[in-house]
Amino acid sequence: MPDKARVRATINGEPADFLCEPRQSLLEVLREELKLTGTKEGCNNGNCGACNVLLNGLLVNSCLVLAVEADGAKVETIEGVMGPQGLHPLQTAFLENAALQCGICTPGFIVAAKALLERKPKATEAEIRHWCAGNLCRCTGYDKIVRAVLDAETRMGEGQ
Amino acid sequence: MRAFDYAAPKSLNEAVSLLSRRGDRARVLSGGTDLIVQVREKRRDLDLMVDVKNIPELSEIRYEPAAGLALGASVACSRIYEHPVVSRVYPGLVDAAFLIGGIQIQNRASLGGNLCNASPAADSIPALIAHRAICVIAGPNGGRELPVEQFCVAPGRNALQAGELLVSFRIPAPPPRFGANYIRFIPRNEMDIAVVGCGASLTLREDLKTIAEARVALGAVAPTPLLVAEAASALSGSAFSSESVDRAAIACQAAARPITDMRGTAEYRRHLVGVLTRRALLKAFERAQEAANAR
Repeated sequence: MPDKARVRATINGEPADFLCEPRQSLLEVLREELKLTGTKEGCNNGNCGACNVLLNGLLVNSCLVLAVEADGAKVETIEGVMGPQGLHPLQTAFLENAALQCGICTPGFIVAAKALLERKPKATEAEIRHWCAGNLCRCTGYDKIVRAVLDAETRMGEGQ
Repeated sequence: MRAFDYAAPKSLNEAVSLLSRRGDRARVLSGGTDLIVQVREKRRDLDLMVDVKNIPELSEIRYEPAAGLALGASVACSRIYEHPVVSRVYPGLVDAAFLIGGIQIQNRASLGGNLCNASPAADSIPALIAHRAICVIAGPNGGRELPVEQFCVAPGRNALQAGELLVSFRIPAPPPRFGANYIRFIPRNEMDIAVVGCGASLTLREDLKTIAEARVALGAVAPTPLLVAEAASALSGSAFSSESVDRAAIACQAAARPITDMRGTAEYRRHLVGVLTRRALLKAFERAQEAANAR
């Protein structure tokens, strides 16, 4: 078996230092070694977006990143979305708009939507749908998710 | 996933020596959006992944108006369409980079990886061919170059020899009055594999009507992406018109060798080749006129 590699990264603003095998995905290490289980495993092949994280500020599928590739990188997961003031406006909007049913896809959608709104605070419905094309939800039919993101834009615009 | 070694060399020499030493048990890792899935699903067996993203030549975007573009093989799609100059000068590449997978994939997947994976339906390959891209290859016996249209040799197989590595694309600066486009047909809006893809480029004469040069390339209608020379000769020297575009579309339909599979029948694909060739040429023509008017 290949030697374990030492990886030093910044995860949600905190330094992280762990050992992993090259074959372990970032998703696997986040969930099973670091116990950050908010990031979900859906398809494990890059289709569903349940495992979305930001890697050096870019939205990626953590199932398609080797954990060793995260050495020196900045990783942001769903656990880093909530601020000291409580829930992020996107999280509040998802709750209040009933934008989730089983909830497995929700962390991925919120991580994706947050990345979108940081680039485009006034994204249109079409832009939200295009941006979220790599996120699958088998329960909601997407409408409530899109409405929640639009609602979060309003909340964030009002400084809530 | 089965165990393997990982190396992240910082130089081309180091990468070539690793690849030479481990032979076909090693594979280059760029964005990983194909390779990691293939290994996880046991469709590919290897002992070593050589991560090339720390090698400067593979991750650079260097554009000079005279020399054209040096596009590192592992540059992610989103870096291409967000690049202020490349996105303006190489519209066909942007079309392809913007429709490969979703945002998550576009932040990782590279045109070099898309080419090396050698899928007949790869979106970026007809676009690269339309833009006359040349593969820059490093290997144990030095470097060589190969036009993109000669790089794929069979589904999933490319022209790289043992120890060789795709470093970058050398893409000429477009001449004045040049336009390009890549389009594909899929039965929904996003996140699908092309039933047929078409990349086209046109260079117009000063009258902005006569075609000086044309390139048309097709995806998903043969074991490898096709450059259709007959379509180019049907267009070169002619006025851009429904007649000349029809001749090119018919030439493309004749060159296509589609199969019937879950995405469509051979007959349907051949019909689509005609439709997409006409649309891609029209868009390339409009862009060539816009490029001329913007100067």
